[in-house]
Amino acid sequence: MKFGIVVFPGTWSDRDCFYSVHNICGQDAVYIWHKETDLAGCDCIILPGGFSYGDYLRTGAIARFSPVMDAVADFSKKGRPVIGICNGFQVLCEANLLPGVLRQNEHLQYRCQWTYLKTENISTPFTNKCRKGQVLKIPISHYEGRYYAGDDVIKELEDGGRVAFRYGTPAGEITAAANPNGALNNIAGIVNKQGNVLGMMPHPERSCEDILGSIDGNIIWESIIAGI
Amino acid sequence: MPASKEQLEEIALSRKEYNLIVSKLEREPTEVELGMFGSLWSEHCGYKHSKALLKRFPTSGKYVLIKPGEENAGVIDIGDGQVIGFKIESHNHPSYIEPYQGAATGVGGIVRDIFTMGLRPIALANSLRFGPMSDPHNRYLMSGVVGGIAGYGNCLGIADVCGEIYFDNCYSGNPLVNALCLGIGRREDLTRARASGAGNLVMLVGADTGRDGLHGASGLASRTFEEQRELRSAVQVGNPFMEKLLIEACLELTRTGWIVGLQDCGAAGLTSAAIEAADKGNSGLDIDVAMVPRREKGMTPYEVMLSESQERMVVIVKKGCEDKVSDLFDRWGLHSDIIGKVTDDGMATIRDGGKVVAHAPVKYLNNPPVYRFRPRRPDWLDDLQVLDLKKIKEMTPKDTGKILLRLLAAPNICSKRQVFRQYDHQVGNNSVVLPGEGDAAVLRIQETTKAYTLVTDGNGRYCYVNPLVGGVIAVAEAARNTACMGARPMAITNCLNFGNPERNDVMYQMHRCIEGMSQACRKLKTPVVSGNVSLYNETRGVAIFPTPVVGMVGLIKDVKRHCTAGFKSEGDVVFLLGDFGDDRALGSSEYLELIHGVVRGTQTIDLRTEKNLHDLLIKAIDRGLLRSAHDCSDGGLAVTLAESCIIGGIGFKGDLPAHGRLDTMIFGEAQSRAVVSVSPGKVRRLEEMAFKHRVPVTRLGIVGGGRFVLRGLTDLPVNDLEQAWSNRIG
Repeated sequence: MKFGIVVFPGTWSDRDCFYSVHNICGQDAVYIWHKETDLAGCDCIILPGGFSYGDYLRTGAIARFSPVMDAVADFSKKGRPVIGICNGFQVLCEANLLPGVLRQNEHLQYRCQWTYLKTENISTPFTNKCRKGQVLKIPISHYEGRYYAGDDVIKELEDGGRVAFRYGTPAGEITAAANPNGALNNIAGIVNKQGNVLGMMPHPERSCEDILGSIDGNIIWESIIAGI
Repeated sequence: MPASKEQLEEIALSRKEYNLIVSKLEREPTEVELGMFGSLWSEHCGYKHSKALLKRFPTSGKYVLIKPGEENAGVIDIGDGQVIGFKIESHNHPSYIEPYQGAATGVGGIVRDIFTMGLRPIALANSLRFGPMSDPHNRYLMSGVVGGIAGYGNCLGIADVCGEIYFDNCYSGNPLVNALCLGIGRREDLTRARASGAGNLVMLVGADTGRDGLHGASGLASRTFEEQRELRSAVQVGNPFMEKLLIEACLELTRTGWIVGLQDCGAAGLTSAAIEAADKGNSGLDIDVAMVPRREKGMTPYEVMLSESQERMVVIVKKGCEDKVSDLFDRWGLHSDIIGKVTDDGMATIRDGGKVVAHAPVKYLNNPPVYRFRPRRPDWLDDLQVLDLKKIKEMTPKDTGKILLRLLAAPNICSKRQVFRQYDHQVGNNSVVLPGEGDAAVLRIQETTKAYTLVTDGNGRYCYVNPLVGGVIAVAEAARNTACMGARPMAITNCLNFGNPERNDVMYQMHRCIEGMSQACRKLKTPVVSGNVSLYNETRGVAIFPTPVVGMVGLIKDVKRHCTAGFKSEGDVVFLLGDFGDDRALGSSEYLELIHGVVRGTQTIDLRTEKNLHDLLIKAIDRGLLRSAHDCSDGGLAVTLAESCIIGGIGFKGDLPAHGRLDTMIFGEAQSRAVVSVSPGKVRRLEEMAFKHRVPVTRLGIVGGGRFVLRGLTDLPVNDLEQAWSNRIG
C-alpha cells in the first residue's frame, strides 16, 4: 500500500514517518507538498508532527488553509484513513475533521518523554491489530497537547467509543500522575464519528525499532496496512 | 577626520589599532570601513587574543577532514562515505541580557554553521553554567535559557540529546550558555564557505535586515560587562520557523551544483559572511547595500553591513544559475536577492546605489593583529592548590547515608530531567541512549550498523584550582564518558570560556588550560576540529572560573554493543575499574565544597592510566562483557554507585575495603575510574582483560534488591536515593 506524508513548511516528523512506514514496514511512501491538491493514489494520509508555519498564531491554524487540506478532507469523506500525529492532530482539529482543541500543557512546559497508552477501542482501522486494553509505549513531544473539548463533545466521544488511546501507567491504569499534559480524561488520541480519521499526540513513528526503545508504534501501521 | 574616542569605544578598537588601519590604507577609513574593521578585528571574529594560543591544539588525525578555522565547523570521516561535522559556540553575554532570545539565537547560529556545510543538523547539546538557584535572578536566567533552547531547537526538529548544567557563585553575573550542533552527510555533499570566480553572484537569502544586533560581535562579545542595559539592542531575536525553511532549502541547494559557496550571517552579519568568504576564495566582492531588503526604513550602509539580524545566508551563485536558485528559495517561501558579485581585484567594495562607501583590501580587513600577552601565574594559586586534610574534620561511618543524600540532592549532581524533558531528544529516530540513561548520548547512524556518541564536559572548579590539570581532566572525562558507552573517542570541539584576556592572570589560566587540553588530546588521540573562544566573561571585576567546555564525538562499530549507566540484573557483580586514590582525591571535590565549604586542593591525573581504562572499557563492551558502566566523577564512588542504582531501578549490596580516610575513599574524585557491572559468568574474563590492560579491578558488591547497602556505612532504600536526586531543579 502507499502512504502519503503531507509536508507543511515547518513540519519535521515527515522524515521519521517515512522511515518507519517505508524502511521498517516495507510500504510505499511519498511526500506530499502542502500546495498539492492531488493525493496521488495514496491509501492512507499521514499529517506528521512539527511546527507548521511556525505555529506562531495557534497550532495548526494556518496549515488548515493549505491547498492540500481540501484534498485531505475529501479523502476522509470517502472513508479512507487519515492519521494526524502531534501537530497533525492539531491541524485536524483546526480543520474540523476532529472535534475539540489541543491547549498548552497544564504545566506550561514542553514535554518529551515516553508515555504508556492504553488502547481503548480496538475496532478502528488504526488499532485493529491491538489486543483489548493493550498498553503501547510511545513517546510524546509537544508543548500544546492538552486535549480539551466541551462536556457534550467529551460525552459524545466517550459514549461513542471514540477515545482511541488514553495516557496510563505501564500497567494500563488511568491515573492523574500518568497524564503528562493535563488532557481531559487522559485523552491521547481520538477518532472521528466514522472512525477513519485518527488524531493522536504521541509519536508512533518514533517507536518502531527495538534499538530505539519500543516497537509498539508498528502496531498502528500494521493495523492500517491490514485494513487496506 | 580621525575617528573620535567615542567612535572607537563603540566598536571596541584601540587607538593603536586605528592607527594601524590608517597606515595600511594610507588614509583615514570611511565610517563603513571603520565599522567593518571593528567587527572583523573583534575578539569574537578575529581571535586576536587567543589565536597564538589556539595553535597549540593538535588538529590532525586520521579521521580529520576539515580542521579548525577552515570552514564553519570541523569535519571527521566516519567511514562508508559519511562525514560528521560539529562545533560548539558560546552565547554567554546575549543570554545574560535577554536569556530566552540569547539562548535561542545561540542555537540558531550554531545550527547554521552546520547546514552551511551541506550537512543535515541532527543533534544538539548544551553546556550551561549559572549562579546558585537560591537567587531568583539566577532562576529567571536559567528558566529563560532553557526555554529559549527548547523553543528554538524543538521547532527545528533537531534532537537535543545531551549536555550538563553546573552551578557556582562565579557564574551569577555571567552565566555560560554553550550550544553544540552536530550534522551528518555524504562526503561529496560538503559545501565550502567561499566566494570565488569573478562574475559569480552574491545572493542574500532569508530574513530581511534590521537594526537588531548592531555591534554584537564588537560590543557584546569583546568587552567586560558593566552596562548591560544599554546593550539590549545588541541582542538579536530569533525566528526558528525561518531557520527550518533555510535548513531544508539550503540542503536542497547544496545538492544542485548551482553554487560555489554558502556562508551564514553570524556575528558581524553581512560583513563577516562576505569578507570571510571572499578571503577564503582569494577574491574581492562588490556589494550594493541598496539591494539589501530591509525591515525598517532609513538604515544607513553602516547599519546594513553590521546588522546581526538572524536567519540570513549569503549564497555565492554560479553566474547563469541565479534564476534556478531564486526559484528554489521561492518554493520554500524564502526571499532571495542578488546584492553584488565576486570580483578578482581582492577589494571589498561596498556601494550605496551609485556611491562607494567602502573600498578596502579583503586581506587587510580579515587579518587582525595578533596579541601575545605575557601570562603571569597568580600569587594566590600556590596556596589554593594545597589541601591540608588535617583541617578537614573526618566523617564518621554513621554519617555516610546522610552525606550521600545531601550530595545526591546537590544541584551539580542531582538529576537534570526537569530540564532535558523540555527538549525534544528523540526526533530524527536516531536516539538510542536518551539523556539520563548513560554518560553520553548514543545515536545510531541510519542504514549502517554504526552509532556515534556525543558528550560535553568541563569542570570549572578543577580549572580554577589548577588550570593545567583541569584542562587535562576536561578532555579525559569526556573521553571516559565516551568509553563508558563503548565508543572510541574520535575528536573534540571546545568552547573556551574565560575572563578578560588583557589580565595576565586570566592569560595564565588560558595558557595552562589549553596546554592541559592539548596534552590530553594528544594522548587520547582526539584532535580538536572546531571551537570558539568566549572572553571577557566577568562582571564588575569578578571573572568566572576558567571554564573550557569539551564536546566529544565517539564511534561505536556495532550499535547493539553499547552500554548504559544503570545496573541491570539481580546477581550481577559490581567492580571498580581504577584505584581508590590517595588523599589528593578530595581536592576541589563536590563533597569538600558542599559539606565543608572549602574549594581548594588540586586533583591529579595520569594520562597513561586514563588511556588504559578507556581501552579496557571499549574492548570489554565490544566483547559484551559489561552490563553497565558509569564514570566515577562528581561526588566520588558512593555517588556513582547510587546513581547506577537509581538509573537502573535496582539495589546494591557491597563491602568497601578499608583504604585511608573514609571521606576520601567514598566521596573523593580520584580520576581514571569507572564502576561496572558484569554477569557472574563473565567475571573471570573481565578480570583477565583488566589485568592485561593494567587496570586495577576491585570487586565492590552485588546488584539486587531494593536497597543500597554499604556494609557498616549505610543501608537505604533506593527509593530514598531517588527522591533525594530527583526534582531538585527546573
